[in-house]
Amino acid sequence: MSSLTEKDRPIVQLLLNTGTCPRCILRFCCVGSQMLYRQPHKDLMKDLQEFLKNSQEKEETVCLVVADPPCKRIRLEHREGGADDLNHNGAVPQLPSAGSGNTAMESSAGKVCNVCLGVLQEFCEADFVKKVCQKVNSADYQFTSFVFSVSLPPQLSVRERAAWLGVKQQMRNLGLPLAKDDIIQLKEAYKWIIHPQLSEELGVPADGKSLFEVSVVFAHPETDEECHFLATACPDCFKPAKNKQSVFTRMAVIKALEKIKEEHFLKHFPCPPSSPKNLCDALEIQCNNGAVFVAGRYNKYSRNLPQTPWIIDGERKLESSVEELISEHLMAKFKADSFNFSSSGREDVDVRTLGNGRPFALELVNPRRIHFTAEEMKRLQQAINDSSDKIQVRDLQLVTRSAIGHMKEGEEEKTKTYSALIWTDKAIQREDIAFLDDLKELKLDQKTPLRVLHRRPLAVRCRLIHTMKSEYIDEHHFRLHLKTQAGTYIKEFVHGDFGRTKPNIGSLLNRTADILELDVESVDVDWPPTLAD
Amino acid sequence: RICVITLAEAHPLLQSGKTITNINYQISANCSRLQNKVSGKSKRTRLFIFQMQGAQFLTELAPLCRISSSDGEEYTIYSCIRGRLIEVNENILSNPALLQEKPSTEGYIAVVLPKFEESKSITQGLLTQKEYEEVLLKRRSSAS
Repeated sequence: MSSLTEKDRPIVQLLLNTGTCPRCILRFCCVGSQMLYRQPHKDLMKDLQEFLKNSQEKEETVCLVVADPPCKRIRLEHREGGADDLNHNGAVPQLPSAGSGNTAMESSAGKVCNVCLGVLQEFCEADFVKKVCQKVNSADYQFTSFVFSVSLPPQLSVRERAAWLGVKQQMRNLGLPLAKDDIIQLKEAYKWIIHPQLSEELGVPADGKSLFEVSVVFAHPETDEECHFLATACPDCFKPAKNKQSVFTRMAVIKALEKIKEEHFLKHFPCPPSSPKNLCDALEIQCNNGAVFVAGRYNKYSRNLPQTPWIIDGERKLESSVEELISEHLMAKFKADSFNFSSSGREDVDVRTLGNGRPFALELVNPRRIHFTAEEMKRLQQAINDSSDKIQVRDLQLVTRSAIGHMKEGEEEKTKTYSALIWTDKAIQREDIAFLDDLKELKLDQKTPLRVLHRRPLAVRCRLIHTMKSEYIDEHHFRLHLKTQAGTYIKEFVHGDFGRTKPNIGSLLNRTADILELDVESVDVDWPPTLAD
Repeated sequence: RICVITLAEAHPLLQSGKTITNINYQISANCSRLQNKVSGKSKRTRLFIFQMQGAQFLTELAPLCRISSSDGEEYTIYSCIRGRLIEVNENILSNPALLQEKPSTEGYIAVVLPKFEESKSITQGLLTQKEYEEVLLKRRSSAS
């Protein structure tokens, strides 16, 4: 921890004279005491002024800190500083505006800081904190912590560099050494000041890992063009903009500032920077909660229900869908903006899903409510089940983002079992289909089915039918139970899809076969965890 | 809408007595329907668009294949549908009898995908099964 020392004096003097606010001055002097920054603006101003006045009266000491120990440190360094004050010529360096402490205060008071453009001034005050908290409270979110993120206009980086170069120049002119310390970052200092205030007002702690984000975007249109000169110095940093957005993004500007040569910068930009007329604008105060994930398994009992809404040319072709029936209640309870539905594979409109059902995961985007007990989830599940006889859900529970990975795994790797009602053109007897039961690990070559070729690439997929069990019904019908590899097209295995799935039931039985009904009997995934009823 | 091109019911090749000796997908020196580049490994939809761009675009009169019969006749089968050639049926190359035994299913000739915008107009320009049968009836009565 360091506080102001003798070597800081010319820096403080210059910055105060040229319109930099006290907190930015502290940053430039690498003052790391968070508490100092939280002092009221007026007090800091007074302390700085006194510190400067002290250059004339070296016997007095200035205590710029609240606690004792740092105070002593200043006193000590002050005495030692006496010798360091002399440059190598032995002369005491003359400060250009010695004794102008008062003038410095006057010139800075009421002015918008030429470095932070007011961010460390007005936007640290109780009024702004109140404004932010009002927005948060009115948005009616449920949260236990918050992360406060701030977007600063890119020209702040330019001005920061300009102020630093101004300081560098000044120190060079005075023949004084300038230690290359890391100045305190603006965002960091801002958070030191505003976090405790927000925390107090909202009643929850600030936490970098929080899922609840309060974000503010600051803009300063008055100085937006200040970045433009960088484009001439480092043109390759600024790629052509997409969608009319400004080329001068924060990242691009920072990159250019790393590349640009000091002389070039000094030539094109006033160092230190000039005072702006206006404060920054706080453009938007937005709240966002991280997504929550709800998982479960669904059964589908309708042969007339698509998984996702079936809309062509703006016209809905079939009423409702699996995802809508499940998400409707959850969206309302969690008060989310939108959802993303995913499942371990899916079935056609006319196929039922029986057994334990198919695992699904619902991502609820920006939910206002996030806390639900197991009891409440059970009630939610009941509500969904009471609302429709077309679907039923089970094992409804809150899960983490890893849910999506489980869905994928289930879709691509896990076996499924089916029951198909099959018709044949030529008559069959029991003996004709008995051999199917003995076929194990039957290898299929399936070209992309014609019925999906308009939206899927043409490919051949190799799939396995692990086991089959036939049930004779009559001369033209039998039921077939199959256990297959993930990604097998069952309908095409039955009718052959113009000979593009080989072998197929038709080719195996040497007849023309077609499928009348298909049911999913099980999706062999043991996720999400089964819940006790 | 996907279109499957097959031999029409009344096509000479499907009348009794004809034996197919050869099916050739090489249309000209530079064009073989067998070399249609629509193959890919990924099931991701992004690749789909690139695949479509590589596929041969057919107009109504674009020849799909030439079929020779034992009596010395050669028949050119035309696409009749404007669209991208998705695939030609290689099964009939290895088993030409398929073309005559199951012309409407396993013996299909090719699969064509019209442009999305043209889909409706193309469908409307086709005959229904009933309308086709009426055409055949008229043809036979005027011939006799």
